[in-house]
Amino acid sequence: MSADVAVVGFAQSPCRVREDATTSGVEMLVPIFAEVFRACGLTRRDIGFWCSGSSDYLAGRAFSFVSAVDAIGAVPPAMESHVEMDAAWALYEAWAKVLTGEAEIALAYGFGKSSGAELRRVLALQLDPYLVAPLWPDSVSVAALQARLGLEAGRWTEKDMAEVAARSRAEARSNPDAQVSGSVTAAELLARPYVAEPLRAHDCAPVGDGAAVVIIASAARARELCERPAWISGFAHQVDSGSLGARDLLAVPSAAGAASAARAGSVELAELHAPFSHQELLLREALGLGEDVAVNPSGGALCGNPMFAAGLARIGLAARAVMSGRASRALGHATSGPALQQNLVCVLSGEAS
Amino acid sequence: MKQPAAVLGVGQTRHRSKRTDVSIAGLCREAADRAVASAGLALADIDAVVVGKAPDLFEGVMMPELYLADALGAVGKPLLRVHTAGSVGGATGIVATSLVQAGLHRRVLALAFEKQSESNAMWALSIAPPFSIPVVAGAGGYFAPHIRAYIRRSGAPSHIGALVAVKDRRNGALNPYAHLQQGDITLEKVLASPMLWDPVRYDETCPSSDGACAVVIGDSDAASVAPGPVAWIRATAMRSEPTMFAGKDHVNPAAGRECVAALWRQAGITDPLNEIDVAEIYVPFSWYEPMWLENLGFAAAGDGWRLTEAGETALGGRLPVNPSGGVLSSNPIGASGLLRFAESALQVMGKAGAHQVPGARVALGHAYGGGSQFFSMWVVSSQPM
Repeated sequence: MSADVAVVGFAQSPCRVREDATTSGVEMLVPIFAEVFRACGLTRRDIGFWCSGSSDYLAGRAFSFVSAVDAIGAVPPAMESHVEMDAAWALYEAWAKVLTGEAEIALAYGFGKSSGAELRRVLALQLDPYLVAPLWPDSVSVAALQARLGLEAGRWTEKDMAEVAARSRAEARSNPDAQVSGSVTAAELLARPYVAEPLRAHDCAPVGDGAAVVIIASAARARELCERPAWISGFAHQVDSGSLGARDLLAVPSAAGAASAARAGSVELAELHAPFSHQELLLREALGLGEDVAVNPSGGALCGNPMFAAGLARIGLAARAVMSGRASRALGHATSGPALQQNLVCVLSGEAS
Repeated sequence: MKQPAAVLGVGQTRHRSKRTDVSIAGLCREAADRAVASAGLALADIDAVVVGKAPDLFEGVMMPELYLADALGAVGKPLLRVHTAGSVGGATGIVATSLVQAGLHRRVLALAFEKQSESNAMWALSIAPPFSIPVVAGAGGYFAPHIRAYIRRSGAPSHIGALVAVKDRRNGALNPYAHLQQGDITLEKVLASPMLWDPVRYDETCPSSDGACAVVIGDSDAASVAPGPVAWIRATAMRSEPTMFAGKDHVNPAAGRECVAALWRQAGITDPLNEIDVAEIYVPFSWYEPMWLENLGFAAAGDGWRLTEAGETALGGRLPVNPSGGVLSSNPIGASGLLRFAESALQVMGKAGAHQVPGARVALGHAYGGGSQFFSMWVVSSQPM
């Protein structure tokens, strides 16, 4: 059943600090909607269901997604919904809608202006509002605790973490949408100062603004829209406990569970949403990715992490690898919440089932 | 291929202005426990959870579903968080329905909440973002001009809004979960209450409530083993349009008209006034009853108030509207839409207690949000399609 739907189009805005852009996402969305419609030969009237992902807290206002509806041009009215999550989950909702037969073509989009405030401090408000958030443990500090646990348990070294960052930056040189890229050695990175020990700047995703869009279609329409559709062979997500003290921060059961539910199996390429270098190491293990899997050929979230769009972009990039013929089976992953609390896996294949 | 889906159980909190005895998690768990218990299930039997609420700025918790994962029994399961403004409660029910209809899950818990005593909705709604028109008046100030436009267009007598308030508050007194218990309210009292946003008086306005609502939605196998009657979901529909655009009709929005047209088509309903036995409609300000009766096609444009004036929307009338007491009796904002959907299910299950419409078989649940621009609706029935 699940291979009856395919990704047929993807576009993303370059990840940048955009001082000119408002928090509504419209300036970032309009150009990429035009790009993906052009590539698929579609117009907005062809979209049967729209679903977006964004955050009011990032935008600093209530109902931030309401203005983004202007980017759709929903006149006449559209069948539309919104998740207060990374848009990877909006794609999941859209996928379910296509499976029900209520829509043949659906579009998911996400946007985030992460640079509008101090992101790491804003994200502290995702924690237990009574007992934890009042202490303002910011997202980088929480990730640093996780990295520290791994170091002390002998799971990785600071050099391993720096090597993830160096490899990601090298890969990002061929990705014009990346915010950070370049040739640098792990040794050079390790000479730089800590931002939250044991994390250095290279261990943390840069703060950047961006948007992404993915179009999916039912089997009946996918082949006419795309020469080589990326068929969704598995799609699943799970959440772990919201209590940091109740979790083993060195295990990511929700990622492993999602991969199992999505029947991920073996893939050639994986785009992982790992906003911190050590989280790529954790996710490789949780998802069972061997050395032969190309991980984050785009440079990954360490080279551009537009909040609420970056997870969707991972799926889009994995799909693009299948659509272009570079991979026959690829995996896109998204995460949400502190220290990899919530995880989603989407498996894309060049072959329909 | 769309799988049949049904409401197996419904739960809600006793809505109050301040639930200081529970945290946000405690409030949500109360509704979740009641919903699964009424379906003869435990939280462990739930395959996925869908959470809805209005803006995170209300309670000051960013994506509270992350913190609520444990309280909702969602750990190790899929958890989705929906936010579509005031229509979110309805959208939450519809997303959960989609997951069952898509064949992805057998039993899904849809839960929506708001804890207004830990929030400041007026503040959250009055932030002035760049390039947007500041409302700085909360929802009442936003909607009052559209109500005045309705009165001018329809020529409705000025007491219609007060009639709606009396009916809904009296209905609320039949519902032990309703926040406001005003069984002795009279037309004179409503008309004598202070004018807040002309023509909306104090007694014609929804309260600020703490509350949560949960619904268990299951597939036909799950429905076949349910301990009591279920409510079959015959149709769902959602439509959105921008807040402002040239030609926008704020009184009778196109998004609402197209949404209900799709809904009736899917449900096979051609004469809604005769085929719908009871309707739960999102009426946060009294005058929205006649306005939505027209938008939903229960009456021709300009004639909705006639149904209200004739008492046809009261219990015992031709189309009882909001037998639960509606948003005018309880308004935990994020949950208000799901409460409409839940009450429509209770009605066709025959489990609505003192506010039961006798013999109700087909019911409408309706919610709207934003600047009359987001609509979510469903039709439930005591019988499968």
